[in-house]
Amino acid sequence: MKKDKTQKLRSLFVGIGLIAAAGLILAGCPSQQGMMDTRDAAQKVYVAPGEHDEYYGFFSGGYSGQLSVWGLPSGRFLKVIPVFSQDPETGYGYSEETKPLLQTSYGFIPWDDSHHPHISQTNGDADGRWIYINANNTPRIARIDLQTFETKEILELPNTGGNHASSFVTSNSEYVIGATRFSIPYEMDLDVPIDSYSEEFRGALSFIELDSETGMMNMGFQIIVPPYNYDLGRAGKGVSEDWVFFTTYNTEEAHTMLEVNASRNDKDYIAAVNWRRAAELVRNGHGETMSAEYYHNYYEGNQGFAINDVKDQVTVLTPEDGQEFIYFLPTPKSPHGVDIDPTGEYIAAGGKLATVIPVHSFSRMIEAIENRDFEGNVENIPILSYDATIAGEVENPGLGPLHTEFDGRGYAYTSVYISSEIVKWSLETFEVVDRIDAYYSIGHLMITGGDTKNPDARYLVGLTKTAKDRYLPTGPKQNHPAQLYDISGDRMELLLDFPTIGEPHYAQAIRADKITQNVKQIYEMEENDHPHALLRIADNRVERDGDVVRIYMGSTRSHFRPDNIEGIRVGDTVYIHLTNLEQEWDVVHGIAVKGAQNSEILVAPGQTKTLKWEPTRTGIYPFYCTAFCSALHQEMQGYIRVSAADSDVSLAWRTGTN
Amino acid sequence: MTSIKNLLTTFIFLVLAFSLTACGGEERADRASQPDTQEEGLTEFELEHGIGPITERITLDDELDPEKIEKGRNIYEMKCEMCHNMQGRMVGPPLAGVTETRTPEFIMNFILNPRENIDRHPIGQALLREYLTQMPYQNVSEEDARALVEFMRDYDANL
Repeated sequence: MKKDKTQKLRSLFVGIGLIAAAGLILAGCPSQQGMMDTRDAAQKVYVAPGEHDEYYGFFSGGYSGQLSVWGLPSGRFLKVIPVFSQDPETGYGYSEETKPLLQTSYGFIPWDDSHHPHISQTNGDADGRWIYINANNTPRIARIDLQTFETKEILELPNTGGNHASSFVTSNSEYVIGATRFSIPYEMDLDVPIDSYSEEFRGALSFIELDSETGMMNMGFQIIVPPYNYDLGRAGKGVSEDWVFFTTYNTEEAHTMLEVNASRNDKDYIAAVNWRRAAELVRNGHGETMSAEYYHNYYEGNQGFAINDVKDQVTVLTPEDGQEFIYFLPTPKSPHGVDIDPTGEYIAAGGKLATVIPVHSFSRMIEAIENRDFEGNVENIPILSYDATIAGEVENPGLGPLHTEFDGRGYAYTSVYISSEIVKWSLETFEVVDRIDAYYSIGHLMITGGDTKNPDARYLVGLTKTAKDRYLPTGPKQNHPAQLYDISGDRMELLLDFPTIGEPHYAQAIRADKITQNVKQIYEMEENDHPHALLRIADNRVERDGDVVRIYMGSTRSHFRPDNIEGIRVGDTVYIHLTNLEQEWDVVHGIAVKGAQNSEILVAPGQTKTLKWEPTRTGIYPFYCTAFCSALHQEMQGYIRVSAADSDVSLAWRTGTN
Repeated sequence: MTSIKNLLTTFIFLVLAFSLTACGGEERADRASQPDTQEEGLTEFELEHGIGPITERITLDDELDPEKIEKGRNIYEMKCEMCHNMQGRMVGPPLAGVTETRTPEFIMNFILNPRENIDRHPIGQALLREYLTQMPYQNVSEEDARALVEFMRDYDANL
């Protein structure tokens, strides 16, 4: 009897729910809190102690300059990979091996602003071999090896101001792209009045070739384009895999108060570039070599010091009439994101100031090009007719649509900044079918396995700009949140909300097994090719060459060899080359020397790292292992005696005899 | 009605509490009954030749192989010498004479699988008590371990 009543009540509620839901959808459905039952949500993100997450999430560090790694769906913090900023925790950018990575044509730069990580791809799917990320301020792209989770290479981009539309890779990692957000005079160091903007300033779109075996970058060519702001980019997929797309704003060519002056035009452009055709033109001699100074920093072997390969020229391609490799697609209004669906057919733009989300069709674009359906031309770049390329406009997307990702099941998800929500819309009807609040002011979003031909689309992560009241307050400045949504059903559901590091812009997530199978546990001693490695402990020694002293030191649990050193003088430059002779996973030793104007240096098993130290005072300098390595870690220490500059204390080193 | 519910809750609680303590107690009892050396878990072979991938006797030529000796010396200098002197105590025990006190299979198993030998083998446990440092696995292959044995045999032959 009671049961019957409950069932009746339940069906009544379900009925009301359905009607309400239908009503909401019809009415354009206002944003919902969308938090599923707390217990269900907790269960979905619960990863038991000792168990592993299904996905790696790589979140850009934004103004931290780094890349952070997270387990999803638990939101477990795994590590920060230092990329563009010095990291005293690991010694990155402080050790002699890594310092050269941060060299640029402007000198040593200890910081940058990293925005868009992108995992290397094979056949349009993320392959988990490398991840690339851009530096926005002093324009560069870095490559991180996902076997060791270390930055291995950094390439500076010439002719570029603000490398924001970066670092997106093409379907088979043929190229990684970059672009100038701030157009600048592209002849090197040109000193001109700022109001010569329209005449002297130009944009550059960069195409960096990738080596398919090593992932190494090589500046392929740059396309010289009108002086707009080139904001974001994406590579095509499937049918459009020979193309990349960049958004532009400031087609007004303003150089002051862009907030107003660059917001006048109803439409700016998406630049569609056939990179295969452009590369062919360059191969056939249509490019021009111009002088430029930029750094390419990388390791030549497995280990050792990164080197600075300073380049002095770059190939540029300036569009000429009839070359047919670049087109402008008029797009409302100051568009930010440009995102390509998994089939490669749809090109969705996030017009920050637009009232709709415009979606171009790739096949219609090709048709328009064939039919010469042009509205005009800027600097030999044909402007296609908006009506000819547009596939649909998503109405009521909220205020300030920015970025879109796709689930591969026919739906797109767009982050909407001003109204702080995510809207889900259909690629068939171009209608909004669901929307959910973001806390607060969402920037990028990403889908697990996203921006590939085959997204997994289990979860969506929204990366928001302010935390406000979401967590325990931590003062006037709080860390930026990430919110995890379940998108496996018809409606988006909020599962988890956690603070991140820096300011994550874009992020990517990849199925964990694509990476775990390749992750290294140690650096094999047999493969240690560092020029100052200590491959036999018996070779531990100290060598003097003028004022330069090199200490070849080894570490194991729980001692350094040598650990008593004498004969160092004030005015010497001392290099401590520390080799960790351990071959066991995760047994790390570090070294720190009292008074060294440097950070500690952490050394992984089988690795050699170098601490530079310039003692300025005489005395006895203790040094010790900074990483708690064993039961006798506190015993892992030593002394260095520093004598006066004119002292005749002879160089001596020893271990083990008191 | 309420009191029955309370009773039921109390009962469930008690059962739960009992079962939890019972489990804990059992575990403690288990540990207490374990002999220091845990010898029962080991086979005759393991007791004599160590625990690890070497599960059968290997045949050694009486004549030493100079190539293996050289290879073993290089591995010793790169991966072992940091902790083991040939003569005299360091982090770990001296290695001189080890081929006379241990079988080659034992030496290889200890190199290839130090953790389990230290955890479960009476000799490993005794060594840990004396040296207080767990010997790590140094990423040494079976072939490398065999070369190390040759190097140690050569050293001991020339003592």
